[in-house]
Amino acid sequence: MAEIKNYTINFGPQHPAAHGVLRLVLELDGEVVERADPHIGLLHRATEKLAEHKTFLQNVPYMDRLDYVSMMVNEHAYVMAIERMLGIEVPIRAQYIRVMFDEITRILNHLLWLGASGIDLGAMTMFFYTFREREDLLDAYEAVSGARMHAAYYRPGGVYRDLPESMAHYKESKVHSAADIKRMNANRQGSLLDFLEDFTNRFPTYVDEYETLLTDNRIWKQRTVGIGVVSPERALALGFTGPMLRGSGVVWDLRKKQPYEVYDRMDFDIPVGVEGDCYDRYLVRIEEMRQSNRIIKQCIEWLRKNPGPVMVENFKIAPPKRAAMKENMEELIHHFKLFTEGMHVPEGEVYSAVEHPKGEFGIYLVSDGANKPYRMKIRAPGFAHLSALDEMTRGHMLADVVAIIGTQDIVFGEVDR
Amino acid sequence: MMELLQTLEQTGQNLLGPLWLPLWTLIKIVVIVAPIMGSVAYLTLAERKILGFMQVRPGPNRVGYWGLLQPLADGIKLLLKEIIIPSSANKFLFVAAPVLALMPALAAWAVVPFGDGMELANVNAGLLYILAMTSLGVYGIIIAGWASNSKYAFLGALRSAAQIISYELAMGFALVCVLLAAQSMNLGDIVRGQSHGYGLLGWYFIPLFPMFVVYFIAGVAETNRAPFDLAEDEATIVAGFHTEYSGMGFALFFLAEYANMILIAALSSVMFLGGWLPPINIAPFNMIPGLFWMLGKMSFMLFLFLWFRATFPRYRYDQLMRLGWKVFIPLTLVWLVVVAAWMQTPLWLW
Repeated sequence: MAEIKNYTINFGPQHPAAHGVLRLVLELDGEVVERADPHIGLLHRATEKLAEHKTFLQNVPYMDRLDYVSMMVNEHAYVMAIERMLGIEVPIRAQYIRVMFDEITRILNHLLWLGASGIDLGAMTMFFYTFREREDLLDAYEAVSGARMHAAYYRPGGVYRDLPESMAHYKESKVHSAADIKRMNANRQGSLLDFLEDFTNRFPTYVDEYETLLTDNRIWKQRTVGIGVVSPERALALGFTGPMLRGSGVVWDLRKKQPYEVYDRMDFDIPVGVEGDCYDRYLVRIEEMRQSNRIIKQCIEWLRKNPGPVMVENFKIAPPKRAAMKENMEELIHHFKLFTEGMHVPEGEVYSAVEHPKGEFGIYLVSDGANKPYRMKIRAPGFAHLSALDEMTRGHMLADVVAIIGTQDIVFGEVDR
Repeated sequence: MMELLQTLEQTGQNLLGPLWLPLWTLIKIVVIVAPIMGSVAYLTLAERKILGFMQVRPGPNRVGYWGLLQPLADGIKLLLKEIIIPSSANKFLFVAAPVLALMPALAAWAVVPFGDGMELANVNAGLLYILAMTSLGVYGIIIAGWASNSKYAFLGALRSAAQIISYELAMGFALVCVLLAAQSMNLGDIVRGQSHGYGLLGWYFIPLFPMFVVYFIAGVAETNRAPFDLAEDEATIVAGFHTEYSGMGFALFFLAEYANMILIAALSSVMFLGGWLPPINIAPFNMIPGLFWMLGKMSFMLFLFLWFRATFPRYRYDQLMRLGWKVFIPLTLVWLVVVAAWMQTPLWLW
């Protein structure tokens, strides 16, 4: 009789469900996974090393490119690390803006996750629905920073500039008639805050729509309930954070446990799962979107009432007003020094972590007093989650591997860095 | 219409003698196959438009008005593309597989009645012929998966084989119920059996409702359509059995899949929805030719295929098998007994 061998299959790096450039070597017994061996590094861009050769300010845009699905939250961890080392207090309005955009980013990330994991499990329509809502949020990104993805909006000392008073409008074209344009521009007549408020009022209905399609769907439940179960003890031991940890029933959220910016003034709840399977993590993320929506509403309300500066007045850290720079020698010198030499951060080291949509995203920064980091280490949540892929998939079927990669919400920008 | 056809046949017979029969059959084949191919092409457009509508996007709208020339453009593109045969593939089987997939999908149409007497062959064992032909389709898929010499294709082929064989059983039993009710295997007689003057109420989907549902779901599984499209589960095994196919080879699989969809739609209309019969047998409705009713019912069933695809996530392989063996087959067996017993009582009105 012939020798029976396991079937080894190469899942990726060019695979529709590999979420980017994951190369997974799967050992299969029939359709049952015996061993899953993730190979990473195909998107390695040496961000940590590059950071050592750039000034502190020049590193901000690199942060966007780490987890390219939740751009501003990455920036947040980085600018917070610098601010802690400099020992500066960010203006309160900037803190509110940051919290609002952190939550916008969380919704952006969870929407992409929902659409992508829907498509992984064959629920194709989800993707189009979630992208419809992402469009509005990306417009908000564009309104404040000019970029839809790589915003570079958070700066050490605050945010780049205050929220705009008007939104960009659509223009009539071959594809869109005047009536279309009128409808599309209806919620863009006011300021960014009006636009976002309109969104937050609509968004809960959209989440209800998603839930109608998936939450009680028998096939969706069959595909996710009991798949990739992680016990709370294992989740802690494996270094899980974020929805992956909360899905297993561990109550841990940096926004509550180590509140940064103005999260301690916000009224929101932390959803936790019970079973620790893909379905619980799905429910946790859905609920997080609703909670983020609540936080955004609170921020909008506060931001409407309280105008004020959004950047520190220290010209060693933040650029002076442009008009003043044209008139004034002192400001001109500050401007020149800041954008050539950059800021000097006092000697020392700091670890700053934020509650990223995917988990705990941390920046460990060492400075020797120069104008660039001496060493920067990025703690990416996805890396720890991907390391547990083997444990989570073992004994499951091939199609469940896809569900588990989906539930981990892997983005290779941050895993490979 | 009928007289005209008879005169035509009579004249042909007189003119050509024994040569007439093959020629006449050939004409009938063309008359059936050409519209099927056309509807396959436009079914792809309908699918993309309907999915687009359900997914808040416009769908194809660049080639021709409202995207109406899109199927043509797709066809030309696929025809002109190079057929790449992987170096380690079994060349003969690799080329033969798409043909094997398409052939039974078209051959099965021979016995489908589009209207009263409008069929290529009035076979008394029509139902058996249909079962035989639809079962043959799996060979194309298995051979394609094996001949590609690719792991993804192989897994897809294995899944497909298991799936089609298990759903074939449920489908077969569902058809046995129809056979019991109609007491004939001739598809034309099955439709006539549903014309007891009650219109809609006379159709078999009322007494055989569970079988209608089972048959249609099994049909969706049989044609490898979502949510049962495991053989080409793009999230897991890239494109399943046709991963390695390009150009016309791929197009033939595509044609076969859509021709099978239309076939399942036609068969469920014939067997459960009264084929060419109007839903209400009174004046304005029974004036409309049967062909239109038949096409209308088929379109409705096809719409269900597309609706499923837009709505449901995909089953996992073992869940699919469980549904087939533990739910559908017991259900059909029980209903078979129920129908057999029911028919012995005066309560059987069909």
